[in-house]
Amino acid sequence: MSWLSRPATDTHITHGRRLWLYVLAGLILLFLMLPTLIVIPMSFSESQYLEFPPREWSLRWYRNYFNSTAWMQATVTSFKAGFLTMIVATLFGTMAAYGLHAARLRFSGLILGILLTPIIVPVILVGIGIFYVYVKIKLVNSLIGLVLAHTMLAIPIVMMVVSSALKSFDMNQERVARSLGASRIRAFFLVTLPQIRFSVISGAVLAFLTSFDEVIVSLFVSGGANSTLTRNMFNALRDQIDPTIAAISTLVVLLTSMLLAISQFLGNDQHR
Amino acid sequence: MSHPVGPNAEGLRRDALIERLALFSLTGPALLLVTVTMLLPVGWLFWLSFLNDAGAFSLEHYHRMLVQPSYGRAFRMTFEISFITTAICIVLGYPLAYVLSQLPRRAANICMIAVMLPFWTSLLVRTYAWLVLLQRQGVINSWGMKLGLWDTPLALVHNLNGTLIGMVHIMLPFLVLPVYASMRAIDKDYLKAAANLGASPTRAFWLVFLPLSLPGLLAGSLMVFILCLGFYVTPAVLGGGKITMVANRIATDIELFFNWGAASSLGVVLFILTGIILYVASRIVRLDRLLGGGGA
Repeated sequence: MSWLSRPATDTHITHGRRLWLYVLAGLILLFLMLPTLIVIPMSFSESQYLEFPPREWSLRWYRNYFNSTAWMQATVTSFKAGFLTMIVATLFGTMAAYGLHAARLRFSGLILGILLTPIIVPVILVGIGIFYVYVKIKLVNSLIGLVLAHTMLAIPIVMMVVSSALKSFDMNQERVARSLGASRIRAFFLVTLPQIRFSVISGAVLAFLTSFDEVIVSLFVSGGANSTLTRNMFNALRDQIDPTIAAISTLVVLLTSMLLAISQFLGNDQHR
Repeated sequence: MSHPVGPNAEGLRRDALIERLALFSLTGPALLLVTVTMLLPVGWLFWLSFLNDAGAFSLEHYHRMLVQPSYGRAFRMTFEISFITTAICIVLGYPLAYVLSQLPRRAANICMIAVMLPFWTSLLVRTYAWLVLLQRQGVINSWGMKLGLWDTPLALVHNLNGTLIGMVHIMLPFLVLPVYASMRAIDKDYLKAAANLGASPTRAFWLVFLPLSLPGLLAGSLMVFILCLGFYVTPAVLGGGKITMVANRIATDIELFFNWGAASSLGVVLFILTGIILYVASRIVRLDRLLGGGGA
């Protein structure tokens, strides 16, 4: 019990006297992780009813998912929308972040404010607003409409990640390159971009996830053959609890944690 | 930078301006997209909210919000739920951030994975998980009854309880991250100084540590509160139709009644309330701290 009676900090409170705090913190961490983790064993259950731990194991719900045209179609839509959003949002977001950073105009703050509004405005308002406009210009249920909306939501995220990388980048390096004869564009691609590339990639991953996980806007503007996975999942959750969703959830958790691990790893790499 | 003088000065200055404008034009595509898919639609809704069915200017939608009790209830419920969620997040999040901030960096980073895991796990996956855990024959109820903690299944979901549990789970990381960051930044020497001057550990915590961590706590709490105001998915699924927050009411007005005016006016009021709180918040704490939680 030596650890318990050892002071936890320099100010002489022992670990023993703080044990309750550690237990509490452990329970809260469990609360945070539990729901994500419980879905995984559930998805391998044979039973239609949700029991834990499952009595019999099977891949029945995965088969269900992969054999369903509706789910497959939705999955393809979500991936398409995610990839297109990732490409456009990373391009536009990086351009805007670099432009604002390098131009240093008096109204840069205002522009930045406008570009970051999608974070502040309640998504439901954005959702119905876009729906209203899309009905007028006949973009409802189209992939392009969905991608435009998701890109708008993802741009602020890309911008925040890239801007913070640019802040720690020494712009003098670019000036040196240009004084040696490189054009501005060449200097950017040869000097600046390689140094902020991990943040750009990390922004791209977050942009993909923003689109892939987005529910509310998708609920309003996607539909028919272009329904997203999230839209179908939301509707299924409202009707009844179908264990197929457990299988889909497990796959989604797998995908997101893989992508985040990549972006996290790249992020750490840069700070070294 | 010194301003060049001489015959070339004029030309140099013009070149510099052109260069800066060219750089600035890089923001064009993003700006255009945000304008078309965000400013225009929201502005349009703003306009619609002031029109009656005949298309003439009127305040009838705002008036209805005041007289029809169901709208008042939606706003009251939204604020109540947001407030309770924020309070629970503080009670759970502060001790967790405290323990994490006391751990060695390596151990803290590992525990942080647990905090970050739900942060970026799909909202729907987590909502589904809570549905599974909390329902009548769900995991919590069946285990609780097996262990003899309670006899009849508790009503944990499709009501306020389920909504609150789901929302706290989603919002907790938004509180823990800024609080943890601000706690890490506290100089441990202050606590040593307090001990040196005769303060007990508890006293040093209340008089020194807590006040220093308050900016982070305030930033996190405001962030949580503001985000809670716009919740839609969690109350819709875990509330089982009994919980109508403003966002749910907006969706119903569109999906069932196609009442754009009513939905728009609700959205405008929700947006303005959010804006006011955010503005007041930015006067108290630095705004980048507020947004800092969402980035990484």
